[in-house]
Amino acid sequence: MSEKLLMKGNEALAEASIRAGIDAYFGYPITPQSEILEYFSKWLPRKGIAFVQAESEVASINMVYGAGGCGKRVMTSTSSPGFSLMMEGVSYIACAEIPCVLVNVQRGGPGLGTIQPSQGDYFQATKGGGHGDYRMIVLAPNSVQEMADFPGLGFNLAEKYRMPVLILADGALGQMMEKVEFKEYKRWEADMSWATTGKTPDREANIITSLFIEPEVMEQVNLKLQAKYKKIEREVLEYEEYHTDDAEIVIVSYGISSRLSKKAVDLAREQGIKAGLLRPITLWPFPTKPISDLIEKGAKGFLSIELSAGQMIEDVRLASNGRVPVKHYGKMGGIIPAPEEIVDEIKKMMEEK
Amino acid sequence: MIKAFIEVDVEICKGCELCIPACPPKVACLTMSNEVEGQTPNTNAKGYHFVMQVKDNCIGCGNCAIVCPDSVITVYKLAKEKKK
Amino acid sequence: MAKEKKYIEKDGQKFEVVWEKPKGLKDKPMHYCPGCAHGTLEKFIMEVLDEKDLKEKTIGVAPVGCSVFAYDYMNVDMHEAAHGRATAVATGISRVFPDHLVFTIQGDGDLAAIGTAETIHSCNRGENIIIFFVNNAIYGMTGGQMAPTTLGGQVTSSSPDGRNLATMGYPIKISDMVAMLPGTHYVTRVAFNNPTNSRKAKKAIEKAIDYSLEKKGTCLVEIVGNCPSGWKMTPLESYDWWEENMIPYYPLGVIKDKGVLVEKKGGK
Repeated sequence: MSEKLLMKGNEALAEASIRAGIDAYFGYPITPQSEILEYFSKWLPRKGIAFVQAESEVASINMVYGAGGCGKRVMTSTSSPGFSLMMEGVSYIACAEIPCVLVNVQRGGPGLGTIQPSQGDYFQATKGGGHGDYRMIVLAPNSVQEMADFPGLGFNLAEKYRMPVLILADGALGQMMEKVEFKEYKRWEADMSWATTGKTPDREANIITSLFIEPEVMEQVNLKLQAKYKKIEREVLEYEEYHTDDAEIVIVSYGISSRLSKKAVDLAREQGIKAGLLRPITLWPFPTKPISDLIEKGAKGFLSIELSAGQMIEDVRLASNGRVPVKHYGKMGGIIPAPEEIVDEIKKMMEEK
Repeated sequence: MIKAFIEVDVEICKGCELCIPACPPKVACLTMSNEVEGQTPNTNAKGYHFVMQVKDNCIGCGNCAIVCPDSVITVYKLAKEKKK
Repeated sequence: MAKEKKYIEKDGQKFEVVWEKPKGLKDKPMHYCPGCAHGTLEKFIMEVLDEKDLKEKTIGVAPVGCSVFAYDYMNVDMHEAAHGRATAVATGISRVFPDHLVFTIQGDGDLAAIGTAETIHSCNRGENIIIFFVNNAIYGMTGGQMAPTTLGGQVTSSSPDGRNLATMGYPIKISDMVAMLPGTHYVTRVAFNNPTNSRKAKKAIEKAIDYSLEKKGTCLVEIVGNCPSGWKMTPLESYDWWEENMIPYYPLGVIKDKGVLVEKKGGK
C-alpha cells in the first residue's frame, strides 16, 4: 500500500499525470484551476519534461495538437471560459484523432461568470462544443482520489482510441483538500505508428490532418469516427450505483453534486424514503441502459441533480424515454445546494407520483 | 554538338512562362508550345500551353529550373571528362 | 554532404544531371496557380533537406491558406494546422522533439492577421523553429480578399476601391516586428522573381535550416511572393507589379542575423 497524502484536487491531478508519464503540458492561467499549471511549472522542467505557459488557451490547445500528433502524452487544463476558447482546436484534434487529456475545472457562467464551482459545461463537454460531428470521452471525478485516478486512465483511453479525453471537474473538486493515494499505474500498450516522428525510408510520410477536401473522403472519415464512437459506447462505460436496488426515486448526479446527492439519499433513507443514486462516471458514453434498467427494477422517477439549469437531465429523459417522470434540481452561478434541499425535492417527487 | 539540354514534364507544366525570361538573353532557347509552328497538340491534358526548348544552344545554367514553381524542368549538361 | 552526381547517356554522349525535381517532393502535381511562389518555396526547402539528408528529423506544419496542402507535396512528416495556429503547433512539436527540425509555411493572412499572437509569442519565446512566411499581400485561397499586408490603394475583392489606409489600416511589416524580439536569431526577406534572387533565397533557406540545427532560436524567412490569380495578372505581369510596388515597401535583404539587427538599406 502506498501512503495517503492530503492534497488539493488540482495538485493531485497534476501529480498523478506526472506519475502516468506525461511528456508535455501546455496551459494558461485561469481560476479555479491555476494550481495545475503551477504544479507542473515547478515539477516538469526539473524532470526535463516539456512545459509551456502559452499566450492563450487557443495557443495551448494547438500546442497539444502539435505535441500529441508526435505521439507524446500531452495535457492541457483550463476552466470554462478557457475551454470555450479551445473548442476549435478540440474539433481539429478529434478529427485528426490525436490522443490527449484535457481538463476543464468548471466555473459558473455564462460569460466571464464567477470563479465558483458549476456544472454548466455539460452540453459543451458531451454534445460537441466545437464544430462538426465529434465526441470526447468525458470522465467526471467526484473526489480528490478520482482527480488522481483519472489522468492515467485518461491517457490510456486516449491512446487506445486515438481521441481527446476530457476530465470534467469543477471548482470545488479542484480546490478542496482530501486524502489521496497514488496507486500503482499500469500503462496500456498502444499503436503509435501513425505519429509524426520524422519520416524514415521504410514508411510513407505520416500526416496529421483534419482536412479532407473531397466530400467522399470526408464522408469516409466521418463514418470511421462514428464507428469508433459506437465501439467506445460498447466498451467504455463507468458508473456507480448507491441504494438503487429498491429505490423508488433515483437521483442521477455526477461530480461534486453526486457527493451532496449521496448525503441526501442517506438523509432520505433515515426518513424511510426509498431513494437511490446513480452516478455517471463517464458522461460520454452516458449510462443510458443502466438508467433504463432501473425502471424495470421499480424506479418510479428520476431526479437529475446538477449545478446547472438542467443539462444532463436531457440524457436522463432520453434514457427514461417517457416511462417515468424526470425532474431537475440544481443551482447556478456558483451556488451549491444543501443535501436537505435535495431531500425536499425527493419528497416533492414522491408526493407527485 | 550540344553542350546541354533540358527536358520538360509537359503534363505538369502550367505555362506560367517564368522560365522564359530566366533563360539568359543570348541563349533564349525556350518558347511556349502555342508559339511553335506545327506543334500539335500545343496544350497538355489540363489545357495549359507548355514550355519547349526550341534551340540547341542551351548552356545548362539551370536558371529555368530554378525559377520553375512546379519543378517540371530537368537540366542535363555535357559531362566534363576529368582526370583525377 | 556532397551531392552525388547523376549521369545519363544521350546520342553517345555522357550528360550530367545538373538539376532535377528534388527527391523529397512527391509526384503529385501541385494545386497552386501557375507562377505561384509557394511551389518554388517547397521545392527549395526539399532540395536543402535532400542535400543535407535531414528528412528523417524534419517535421513540417502547414496551416490554413494556400500552403495547407503542402503535405501532399513535401515527403516529410507533416501537420496541417488551424488558421493562424501554425507556430503554436510547431511549438508543441519542437518541445517534445527538441532535436528535430521543425518548420511552418504560412501566408500573410495566417501569420500576420489571425495568428499574430501565436507568431509574436513563438518568436518571443525563441522557439527553435523556422517560419517560412509567404507574403503575397492578399488572401489567395479564399479568392483575393484584402490581407493585413495588402498595400495602400491596392484593389482586392474586399477593398474594391483600393485599400484606404485611413479606415483599413496600414500594410503590416511583420518581419521587422519580430526582428525586434530577442527570441529571433535570423530574419530575412527574399524573393523568387528572377534566377539571382531565387539562388539567394535558397541560400537564406539553407542558412535558416543550419541555424535551426544549431538551436539558435526562431528563424523567419519572408518570401515576398506573388499571387497572379488574386492580383488578376499573368505570372509575368505579377512580377512587374511586384518589382514596382511590393519591393519598395517590403525591401529584400537580411533584417537580423545571428541575433543582431542589420542596418537598414533603402526602402521607405
